[in-house]
Amino acid sequence: MPREAWSQQRLIFAWKPELMEIQRDVMDYDVLVVGGGPAGLAAAIRTKQVAAAAGKEISVCLVEKGSEVGAHILSGAVFEPRALNELIPDWKAKGAPLKTPVTGDDIYFFWNEKSGTRMPGFLVPKTMHNEGNYVISLGNLCRWLNTQAQEAGVDVIEGFAAQTAIVEGGVVKGVTIGDKGVNRHGERTGDFAPGPEIRAKYTFFAEGCRGHIGKQLIKDFALDKACDVQHYAIGIKELWEVPAAQHKPGLVVHGAGWPLATLGTDATGGSFLYHLEDNKVALGLIVDLSYSNPWLSPFDEFQRFKHHPVIAQHIAGGKRISYGARAICKGGFNSLPKMVFPGGALIGCDLGTMNFSKIKGSHTAMKSGMIAAETFGAALMAGDEGGKELAAFPEAFKTSWLYEELYASRNFGALIHKFGALIGGGINWVEQNLLGGKAPWTFHDIVPDYATLKLAADSAKLEYPKPDGKLSFDKLSSVFLSSTNHEEEQPVHLKLADASIPIAKNLPMYAEPAQRYCPAGVYEVVGEIGKERFQINAQNCVHCKTCDIKDPAQNINWVAPEGSGGPNYAGM
Amino acid sequence: MKAIVSVKRAVDYNVRIQVKPDGSGVVTDGVKMSMNPFDEIAMEEAVRLKEKGKITEIIAVTIGPQKNEETLRTALAFGATKAVHVKEDGEIQPLTAARAIAAVFKKEGASLFIAGKQAIDDDANQTGQMVAALLDCPQATFAGKVELNGNTATVTREVDAGLETLEVDLPAVITADLRLNEPRYLKLPDIMKAKKIAIEATSLSALGVEAAALIKVTKTSAPPARSKGIMVKTVDDLVAALKAKGLA
Repeated sequence: MPREAWSQQRLIFAWKPELMEIQRDVMDYDVLVVGGGPAGLAAAIRTKQVAAAAGKEISVCLVEKGSEVGAHILSGAVFEPRALNELIPDWKAKGAPLKTPVTGDDIYFFWNEKSGTRMPGFLVPKTMHNEGNYVISLGNLCRWLNTQAQEAGVDVIEGFAAQTAIVEGGVVKGVTIGDKGVNRHGERTGDFAPGPEIRAKYTFFAEGCRGHIGKQLIKDFALDKACDVQHYAIGIKELWEVPAAQHKPGLVVHGAGWPLATLGTDATGGSFLYHLEDNKVALGLIVDLSYSNPWLSPFDEFQRFKHHPVIAQHIAGGKRISYGARAICKGGFNSLPKMVFPGGALIGCDLGTMNFSKIKGSHTAMKSGMIAAETFGAALMAGDEGGKELAAFPEAFKTSWLYEELYASRNFGALIHKFGALIGGGINWVEQNLLGGKAPWTFHDIVPDYATLKLAADSAKLEYPKPDGKLSFDKLSSVFLSSTNHEEEQPVHLKLADASIPIAKNLPMYAEPAQRYCPAGVYEVVGEIGKERFQINAQNCVHCKTCDIKDPAQNINWVAPEGSGGPNYAGM
Repeated sequence: MKAIVSVKRAVDYNVRIQVKPDGSGVVTDGVKMSMNPFDEIAMEEAVRLKEKGKITEIIAVTIGPQKNEETLRTALAFGATKAVHVKEDGEIQPLTAARAIAAVFKKEGASLFIAGKQAIDDDANQTGQMVAALLDCPQATFAGKVELNGNTATVTREVDAGLETLEVDLPAVITADLRLNEPRYLKLPDIMKAKKIAIEATSLSALGVEAAALIKVTKTSAPPARSKGIMVKTVDDLVAALKAKGLA
């Protein structure tokens, strides 16, 4: 039953008459996966596996907006191999890039810019133990999973961005790929190449945190009506090459407290520093987007964080080789929306399966993709013609270790938000180490992250130290290291619902925080006082989605730029 | 009429190049690779010539390891009618590439070889010229405009003094400059169809070609870091600063 037949028969109508005669190619598959991260790749591979095991054929297509699979992947990463063991048990023999087992697990509480206390092992929550895990580049793991997927017969399409879901009669039928060759005014150039439609019986959305189609589906199908609001953080990461004498392969260092709040709850988050192979050290700062001071700049917090003596000793004398940022979905169990809708499902961070108390989401993302593949695959093999809302997926989820794990960690985010890192972290320790994750209480945090900002006038203005060019750097030289690029003449992919809001409202109220929360210098307020102008440097965008999340007016809508645009992360 | 187009797999132009710590080369592990942009221009030109009916077949050739197959798939998506993969895992110097291309050229009985003027990785700018020498045929390098008329090609090149127009007899070698054309967006259906086309595999030995080892890379190093600039307030300050540096 492969349905990879080509056709070019459909006519798309639109409100713009010049678009009337666009002929879109149509590709048909049984299963379409949107996004080539751990969830999407695991779902694609698993679908092929269940079909092969039954001696049947399920056609699978995976579409990725980055120039290649891995180009947009950014994670710490300490990787728990549980899901990979289930997906590809012989991953070692097949050359998976899991090269550095965790050898040391340090947790620090930083009191200020000078001092930090290493927590004794018995005080560390169970979820933060990393025996058996690996320090990896998730981007490289995804590149490897891509070859596994292609060998399994998945059609992997790289450099093409799914722009919108095709919804017909309340059923998701696939996606429309964004057009190429449209100029900044939205007009077609001589180079115009209309994006095809990829249609499927079932579509898995695996775009990662705050996927632009997933967001729309959650809204249109009211998938979040029974859950808490989603919570987010921004993670900023750098990759360093350090002198060999300083390199301790497999060492994992986590931190809480400074430069974020130590006792307070106004800016929570944490830091990581991992020693990989080949003299590489990855480090980063995760800032919860529930912060309240509009003057806060996650980028600058991270830059000054690197000067802490506990951190600086690892990277001093080294060379920074890459930079990037990505939003994280950390609402966890309480924020999980409904997983299915007619014609498909949300998986991975598009759904929100990260286990924030472990600060790990790759194994849970993969598992959610695998459960989706198994349940939808079984339905297709039983003759399902697609388009249904498959309850089998959430049912299978409920009996899986993924559910158990997320349930056990459900209070972590809310505890930190409510009580801060020390006390909230303490309660979490009690839950994880004494109660085994089976606490009889559940904490909820129902204030969305965009609504937490205080007025600029009521907040302490934060002054950040100037970068020294050795450990700390400015934003533009950082963005340069993300190798991000967008075709210059295309329309701006950061859409303002109301173009007047940044200057008329956000500026007087919050000193336009986009200038500071964006880790790539996309947003600038330029011009003299009284004549300010809001400038969007869309070319710098690293696709982290923070603006879409944190804008207090919810006025910025992130849409997919022309396919293959965005960062070209190597080894991230 | 058959045209050969050589396509090289190189580090993508968007990627920031990292020199290996031991200075033995640049990092290519986990780095996005794609078709050398000048070869894309050559490929586009060949496809346009075919669309105009001036040539009938486009044979894309690459020399390198298994992964180079991706680059050939891109060439097929552009519109190459056939793809030849000269498999070689070792180092490939320009003369090796030129010998392999010349061998394929002769074997296929082609009349035209089009390639990028250089690859963006080593910037050697040698292969096209060497192929012309090996085939003992005319060459028109750094082409900004190409017209085929029967047995000759008229090629306009950008030179320091302006434009130079050459007429060469076929068979000939043409290398593409940046402004020859703007390569098209590849269409998804073409990319998908290209995945299913069989690629002809061969090797240096099968082509009767010997690998050359005339060049030895002794060291690769990053350019020196730029020193910090200074801000000056007035033209006088600027002049004074330039004078202090002995530049004015």
